[in-house]
Amino acid sequence: MPKIVFVDSDGTRHEVEAKSGVSIMENAIANNIDGIEAECGGSCMCATCHCFLEDDLAQKIPAMESDEDEMLGFAAEERRDSSRLSCQVTMTDELDGIVVNLPAEQN
Amino acid sequence: MAAPVVIVGGGQAAVQLCLALRKEKYAGDVVVCSEESELPYHRPPLSKAYITGKTDDEKLLMRPESFYQSRNIDLRLNCMVSAIDPAAKSVTTAQGENLPYQYLVLTMGARARHLPVKGRDAVGVVELRDIKDARQIKDRLSGCKNVVIIGAGFIGLEVAAALNVQGVGVTVFDTAERVMGRAVAPEISRWFEATHRAAGIDIHLGEGITEITAADDGNVSGVVRSNGERINAEMVLIGIGVEPHTDLASAAGLDCENGIVVDQYCQTSDPSVFAAGDCANHPNVFADGRRVRLESVQNATDQARTIASAIAATENNTPPDKPYAAVPWFWSDQAEHSLQMAGLSFDADTHITRGLPADGSFSVFHFRGNDLLAVDSVNASRDHMLARKLLGARISPTRLQAEDVDFDLKTLL
Repeated sequence: MPKIVFVDSDGTRHEVEAKSGVSIMENAIANNIDGIEAECGGSCMCATCHCFLEDDLAQKIPAMESDEDEMLGFAAEERRDSSRLSCQVTMTDELDGIVVNLPAEQN
Repeated sequence: MAAPVVIVGGGQAAVQLCLALRKEKYAGDVVVCSEESELPYHRPPLSKAYITGKTDDEKLLMRPESFYQSRNIDLRLNCMVSAIDPAAKSVTTAQGENLPYQYLVLTMGARARHLPVKGRDAVGVVELRDIKDARQIKDRLSGCKNVVIIGAGFIGLEVAAALNVQGVGVTVFDTAERVMGRAVAPEISRWFEATHRAAGIDIHLGEGITEITAADDGNVSGVVRSNGERINAEMVLIGIGVEPHTDLASAAGLDCENGIVVDQYCQTSDPSVFAAGDCANHPNVFADGRRVRLESVQNATDQARTIASAIAATENNTPPDKPYAAVPWFWSDQAEHSLQMAGLSFDADTHITRGLPADGSFSVFHFRGNDLLAVDSVNASRDHMLARKLLGARISPTRLQAEDVDFDLKTLL
C-alpha cells in the first residue's frame, strides 16, 4: 500500500497507509486527519480540503481543471503555486510517500 | 461532571457540530442521537451519483466510524428522541432512556412533503430524503423503462437528469409555470427547461396529475394527467419540497413557526437549546435580518459552527460574539450542468444577465436598487465564487459592470 504523509501547519506529521484510486481528501478523512474538512464531500464546491503539494512527486499529478482553479481562490488560507483541492487529486501507487502540507485554516 | 452536549439528528449539521466543538477545544461529552441506522453520510450525492451507482456507501460517509470514537463522540444510531424536558434539561429516547443535557442541539432536518393524490400508496411511489429512499430508487431502477417525477425542483430535476443519462424515459410534472420557480431567476428556469427537454426529458409545467395508477399486484403502473391521458411508469418519484421537523421542539414548548425559531446565535426560545440546518428558522443578514429557513449544506455547516462558538463562549463565561452571518450558497448538479447560487434573491427587483445563455455558461445577478442581493450561475463557477466574495464583502458591482463580460469583477475586491 502506498503511503501519504500529511503535515499539519505546526509541522506535526501523520504518515498513513493510503488507498490508490480514491482522492487524497478521501484518504485524509478515512484516517481522521483534522486539517482536511471537506464539508461538501468532494463536489469541488467548498474549498475546505485545501492542501499544498510541494513534493516533487506532485509533478506526476494531472493539472487542475477550471472549477478547482476558481474554487482555490476562495480557500481560507491564501493560495500558493502548490495549492490544490485534495478532493480533486486521485491517489496512485506512483505517488507513494507524497508529502501533503495542510493549511492552518480551512474556513 | 457536567452533562453532555446532546445533538438530536445525525446529518450534516450534527457532524459539523462535533468537528467544530472539538476545534473550539470543548472537552465535555458529546452525544449524538440519530434515528438512522447508518453512520452520518453526505446527502447531496443521493439524487445524482448514488442512485445511478457512480458512488457507493463507503464514499458517502462523512467520517469513518473511528472518527467518532477518536474524538470521544458518543454516536448512537437507531436512537429516536421522543421527548424533551427543558425544565429538567433532559431528553427521553424511544428506548426509554433519560439523557440529561447541558446544551441540546436540534439538527433534525426536514421530511418530504406529502402529496395528497389518489394512488399515493402504490408500490414504487417513492420520495428521496435519506439513504433508504435512495436505495429503494436504485433497486427499483433496474426494471424501469419509464419514470414519472412529480415536482420540478432541485431533487426532481437532479434525478430526472441522472436517469435520463442512463437511458430511462423521464416525464416531469409541476403545477408551477417554471422549473425551480421558488429558487432561481426566470432566465435560469427557462435555460434548464430547454436544456432538459433537448436532452429528451418530457416536462409538463402548469400541470399536475390527478391519479397514480397501480397494477393488480399493487405495483405502480403510471399516472393520469389532468386531460385524462395515461402515462406509463414503473416508478413515480414525488419531490415537491420538504417540511421541517418541529414536532419534538413544539411539544417541548419551544417557539416554532416554519421551523424551530432561533436567534442570530441559533439559540431557541430556551437558552440551553439550539437548532441548526433545515429545521432552523433564523434571521438572515442577507435578507435584511428577515427570518428564513434554508435547506443547504452551507447553512447546516455554518450554523453548526455558530453554535459551537456560542457554546464555547458560554463555557468561558462570556456572551456569544459570533452571530450567524455566512453568505448563503447552494449548488445543484443536473447531468453535466452545474447550477450554483450565492446570496438570497427573494427581494430582488432587477435581474441582470452576464454572458449568453445560448453559450451554455452565464449568470443572473439579482439587484434591489443598486445593491447586489444574489447571483445564480450556470456552468460559470468563476462568477459564483466572485459572487460569494462580493456578497461577503458587501460590494455591489454596478448593473453595467455586472452585464459586461469584459469587466473583471475581481477588480472590485
